Formats: sequence, structure tokens, C-alpha cells
Amino acid sequence: MLRRRRTLGALASVALLGLLLAPDAFASALTPEKGGSPAANHIWSLYLITLIIAAVIFVGVEGALIYCLVRFRARKGREAKQVHGSARLEIGWTVGAALVLVALATVTFLDLRDIRDPTNSGPNGLNLSGSEYVTTGSLKPPNGRALTIDVIGMQYIWQYVYTNYSPSPDGLGTPYSYYQMVVPTNTTVILHVRSKDVVHEWWIPKLGAKVQAVPGYTSNTWFKISKPGNYPGQCSFLCGRGHTRMIAEVTAVPPAQFQRWLVLQELYLHKADLQAQACRQELSAHQGAQSVEFVKSC
Amino acid sequence: MATVALSPAPQIVARRVEPAPRGIMSWITTTDHKRIGILYLVTSFAFFILGGTEALMIRLQLGEANNTLVSPEVYNQLFTMHGTTMVFLFIVPMLAGFGNYFVPLMIGSRDMAFPRLNALSYWLFLAGGIVLYSSVFWSPPEAGWISTVPLAESTYLPSGGVDAWIYLVHLTGLSSLLGSINFYVTVAKMRAPGLSWSRLPLFVWSILAYSLLLIIAIPVIAGAVTMLLLDRHFGTHFFSTANGGSVLLWQNLFWFFGHPEVYILILPAFGIISEVLPVFARKPIFGYKAIAASTIMISFLGLLVWVHHMFTTPTPLVVLIFAMISSFLIAVPTGIKIFNWIGTLWQGSIEFRTPLMFATGMVGLFTIGGLSGIFLAMIPVDWQLSDTYFVVAHIHFVFVGGSTMGIFAGIYYWFPKITGRMLSERLGKWSFWFMFVGILVTFMIQHSLGLDGMPRRVYEYANVGNLQLYNQISTVGSWILAFGVLLTIINVWRSLHHGTVAGPDPWKANTLEWFTTSPPPINNFDEIPRVRSLEPMKDIRREIERRSREGSGARERTPAEIKVRA
Repeated sequence: MLRRRRTLGALASVALLGLLLAPDAFASALTPEKGGSPAANHIWSLYLITLIIAAVIFVGVEGALIYCLVRFRARKGREAKQVHGSARLEIGWTVGAALVLVALATVTFLDLRDIRDPTNSGPNGLNLSGSEYVTTGSLKPPNGRALTIDVIGMQYIWQYVYTNYSPSPDGLGTPYSYYQMVVPTNTTVILHVRSKDVVHEWWIPKLGAKVQAVPGYTSNTWFKISKPGNYPGQCSFLCGRGHTRMIAEVTAVPPAQFQRWLVLQELYLHKADLQAQACRQELSAHQGAQSVEFVKSC
Repeated sequence: MATVALSPAPQIVARRVEPAPRGIMSWITTTDHKRIGILYLVTSFAFFILGGTEALMIRLQLGEANNTLVSPEVYNQLFTMHGTTMVFLFIVPMLAGFGNYFVPLMIGSRDMAFPRLNALSYWLFLAGGIVLYSSVFWSPPEAGWISTVPLAESTYLPSGGVDAWIYLVHLTGLSSLLGSINFYVTVAKMRAPGLSWSRLPLFVWSILAYSLLLIIAIPVIAGAVTMLLLDRHFGTHFFSTANGGSVLLWQNLFWFFGHPEVYILILPAFGIISEVLPVFARKPIFGYKAIAASTIMISFLGLLVWVHHMFTTPTPLVVLIFAMISSFLIAVPTGIKIFNWIGTLWQGSIEFRTPLMFATGMVGLFTIGGLSGIFLAMIPVDWQLSDTYFVVAHIHFVFVGGSTMGIFAGIYYWFPKITGRMLSERLGKWSFWFMFVGILVTFMIQHSLGLDGMPRRVYEYANVGNLQLYNQISTVGSWILAFGVLLTIINVWRSLHHGTVAGPDPWKANTLEWFTTSPPPINNFDEIPRVRSLEPMKDIRREIERRSREGSGARERTPAEIKVRA
């Protein structure tokens, strides 16, 4: 009996050690993604704590079950012990289960604010001293300054509007992009996630918390990326037949490069506006003629 | 010598034998709870096969990265039909079937309280199934089993599939509502003499909790789908934002039903396990009162946790925290059950018959589903895991590892009572091992899929990382699981005609359904025994043995008479 218990204990500790020292490839099968943003990293460590506790319970329960099935299988001369229960034991494991959950709830509460509330931008981030960076909305970092991007989900593409750079109060001419969101590194980015049609869900695994884009509501989330690179993701809430193809990508670049990209984007949008304007004029000049030609000339 | 001559198996004396009604009309017009139970069991198993086939097609499509076996449209229809079928047309009615057949027998009653209402319940359920599956010939629903709005509004899905889904919910909902009232009244009013609440079999307790939850949850979903129907066809705007409706209203209403539904699907399976384990461990159930109380606790708490399906919605944090705490609380009574089941096996004399294997397999697999549920109950962790394959893995460990394994335990345990013949143990054990391994292979790896970034309800994925490998493992597992189910179907088919004759009490079980013949006569019991403990059949067997030891005299009396006079 004692020997068996020792074996079980040894097995459990080996399993735990394996979890902690697991190589990267193996770890990715057991833990969520991280490395993009503080929120994702916090979630990762919270998940790991839960995983270890769950693994201990798992080994305990399944071990006890298998032990019973092996040790107490019917054999000649074995009499089942006719007991109806044990108040002490039952109160014991009820309290035990409750204590584990209290511990988990406490850890969650300790981490919840760090995951939900944005931190200030880093010193190497975008210079947020301008008045356009003062955040509105419920989610804001301690110093109240962040890059704010409106994320708009629609069947089946994501649009990103860089509201800090709105040239006029009505929002006309604000730079935007589709599919690829370019952000500066080391900068707190706050997302206001909305939807134009059905429910979508914004999820970039490496950046952490996913939020639903619910028509009529605004969901908020944030991230701060320290490493330049591409962070892929996709819509994770069923939004129709094109749901699978509603992919997204966040590209983090150094602040200087971000500003160049922004200027270029504004230029492209302006150019497109001018082209459209020219098209319209041509269209009204040739009213009534064959439309096919206009398309060609535009 | 008398002990040799007199089998301790209980028996009854029939004073007047009426030939059982035959023919298809007798099945259509029946109000006998046993026949209705069989109708429920057979029909819902047929739907199980349909839903399972859809699952296999889903797994085939995902068996390869960038696969084009089915179109996105068909894929969305497949998972919608699969989920809807398994929830509304397999697990709920299957458990209703067991309840119909065995609740009256277990409480020593001759039928349900309202036999005709009972028949109506079955036919409403069948109508719901036919309505949903008729849509296959036109355009099946494709908004998921949760019919998420506004996708399910007529703007986005104008075809009739969603309407078929709405009528399915209405018809099966009404069926469940009537059935639940029937169960409740039957248990409250028609128990055998001496069968107090504290001697009620645990399966009956679980059916009682199932009924109470259905009575509370069904009206809410009925109202919600009616609003959706009005939105779709009569110009109302309950759920359309542009006109002042609210999408979150639908999510709240749906999950107010949807989460209790999870417990509706699992509690009676818990009940079956609580019946099977003590019989084959040859021990009384460990902590009867704690298990019964935890059933009621789970039902109550189950009504408070629906917002944990909405952690990623723009809902105030304080509401999310409430849902997290109540979800944590539910783990306590669930843990109590698992510990008590292990306590039941502890120091028993465990006979490895098929029902026991399915029951212990259920305990082992459900534990995994319970533990993964803790991750999803933690708000920030759920922010990462919600709507990914991690959730798919979790619900399948609960519904396949939990409910379905419990249902199979019930099939192997009660088949002898229903048909009078035993199922083959050899085939049954093979079936168990294939299903058990199949479930582990199919669903365990899906946790990793979710952790690696694969959302649920997608018809294809790119070949990055280990996604294709994991999906292939899962697809192989699904066929192992399907083969296991097929073995049980073959087993049932063969044993119906060639199985060993079971006799009234082949397992030496504890509850009253084993007191009567297998299959039971139309009136169940000629004489209803008086119940003196939690395990009336043990008392009866003991009494027979005592009398037969005392010598002659006992031979002329039936066990029923002995019990009544004792």
C-alpha cells in the first residue's frame, strides 16, 4: 500500500516536472500562446497555475479510481465492506474542494486587473504627448494616453480606423486600413471593437484577451507589443459562411516606421479619394452613355 | 437443502395474464410508460446515429489542412445539425426514455401520473425531430446550435432553416415541459408505500432535478425563439440593433436556458452512474444524502452561471465576476459526486461487467471535462480560450465522456430488464474499449488545437504549426469512437433474439425495477412491495434466503407476499 502510494507520488512529481521543463514544442500543446503583450503573458501564467492544480487533482482522482478498480476487483472470498458513508471524510473533501477553488479565485482576482487594465506606454514607444492621444472611453492607462484604434468587424473583413489622426471633427479623412493593423512597438494600443452587421470576435492569440464585436455595443481591449513582428489571428465567433476566412494580422513596427507607414497610408487614401472624385466628374459629364467605358477610363 | 431448491431470485405471481397488444397500431396508440420509454430510446438512438454521421463528416473535412470536401455552407449546416441533434434529439430524449421506463418501476408505480400526456410528449418530440430533419431537403439551419443573432435574423439567413430550428425548439421544448411535469407528479404522488424521499433511488432524484430544470428553463427559450420568429417574419426588432433591439438580450436569454440545459444533459447520467456503481461494487452507495443533495445544489447553482458563456461580451465586470464565482461553486457539489463514487468502489468487491466499465469510464472521462471547465470559468483564461477548440474539447468530454458514456452504462444495465435478454459481455467490453480510447484520442488533442489558436466552427485551417497533425489525430479518434458505437448497435441487434435469457434480476441489483419480470408485465407489479430501506431488493433477497433457510412454508409464498407481511 505504502509502496503504491510512493509510486503514485513519484509519477505525479515526474509529470509536474515534465510540465515545467517541457521543450517549447511540447509546451505549446499544453499552454495558450503568449509573448506578444503583457495581458497574454499574465493569462499564460494564470493558466499554468491552474494547469498544475488541475494536473494534481487529475492524477489524484484518476489514480484513486484506477487503484480502486485494480485493488478491489471481485475475487474469491472477498466481501465488500458494507459502509454507507463517512461524515468526516465527506466534510473533508467538500472543504478541500472549496479551498482549492478559493485559492484559484484569489489568484484570478490578483491577476484580473493586470490583464484588463492597460499600462502606460514605454519610453521607446510612440511619442504620445500630443493632445490627440488623450483617451476617451472606459479603458485607459494610468496616464490617460494611448494610441486608440477602432476595430470594426463586418462580413468578412476587419477594418481599423486610427481615430487619433482624424483631421476633422466629423472623422472624414481619418486614416484606416483593412486586414493588417500596423502599430508602433512599446506603445499602449487601446482597441474599441465594434461590428457593422453580425457578431464577430477579435482574437490575436499572442496578444491575449479576445472580445466580441457586438453590433450596438463597444468592447474594449488593449495590448502593448515589445517585439516587432507579425501577430496573426482571426475572427473566432461564427459570423456566416465566410467566418473561416475572416483573418487578421497585427504588425508591430518601431515608432518611426509606424509614422512613415501612417503618412504613406494617408497619402494612398488621399490619392484614392482624388481618383474617385475624377471618376465622379467624368461620370456626370457622360451621363447616359455606355457605362462600361467609364469603368475602363477610371 | 431448501436453499438449493429455491432460487433466491425474486418472482411474482400472475393471477390473470393478458396477452400483450401487438402490431404497429398498438405502438402508435400506446399509453404504457414502458412502450413510450422504448419509443423514446429507439427514436433518440436513431437521431444519435444521424448526429454521429454529421460529426464524422465534420471530422473528415478537418482531417486535412485546406480541405475542400464540403463547402463552407454545408460545413456550417453540418455542425449546426450535429449540435442541435445531439442536444435536443439525442441526449435529452434518451434520458427521458430511461426516465419513462424506469422511474415508475423504481418507485413501485404502475404507470406515470398522466399516461396520455406522456404519449403526447413522445409524439411532440418526434414531430420536432421530423421538422428539423425535413429542412435537410431544402436548406438546413446554419447559425450554430445556439442560433446566434443577428446571424439568425432573416436579413442574413432568409431561408427556412432557422425557422425549422425554431419549431424544433418549440416542439421538443413543449415535449420536455409536459414530460417534466409528468415526472414530477409521478415521483411526488405515486411512490410505493414506505418509499419516502430519503429512500428515493438516486436516478429518480436526478430525473427530478432534470424535470425541475426543464420546467424553469424551457419557458425562457420558448419565449426567446418566439421573439426570433417574430423578428424574422413579423417585423419586430427584439434582436436587431439598428431598430433598438439588443443582441445581448438573445445571448442572455439563450444561455439562461443553455447552461441549465448542460445540467439537464448530465444529471440523469450521474443518476445512472449512482445506480450502477453500488450494484457492481456490491456495496451501498457511499454518502447517499450527499449525492442527492449535490444533485439539487447543482440544479440550483446551474441557474446562476449562464453569463460565463458571455465573458467576452461587453458586459460589466461585476456581472462576469458573479458568474465566475457561481461557476466555481458548482465545482464543489460536482466534486462531491466524484469523490462519493470513488468511495463507493473503495473496499468493494467490484465485478467487471459492461455496465460497470461504462460507469467507471464515465467517471474518469467526466473528470477531465470537469477540470477543463475550471479553466473556462476563470474570466481571464476564458478570454484566451473562449470559442476555440478547447471549449469544443470541454463540452465533448462532458457530453460524450459524461452523458453518452452514462447512457451506454444505462443501455447495458437495463437492456435485460427491457427485453428479457442479456447483451453480449464480450462485444460490450470491446465496444467500451473502442469508445473509451476513441473519446480520449478524438477530444484530448482538441484542447491543444484550441491552445494553438484554432477557433471553433471553422471549415478549414492553414497548415501551420501542428494544426494538421492534431486534427488528423482527432479524426482518427472519431472513427475509433464510431466503431465502438457500431459494436453496441450490433450487440443490441443480435442479443434481441439470441441473448441469454435474463430472468427478473440478473445483476442482483438494489432497486424495485428488478422485482418484476423482464420484461415487466403491462401493470408492472401485481403486488406493490413495501419499501423499508434504500435498497429494497436487498431486503427482499435477504428475507427469501432467511425463509428458505427456515425450511418449507416459504415455497408457497411469493416474495411480494413475504414483503407485504414482513
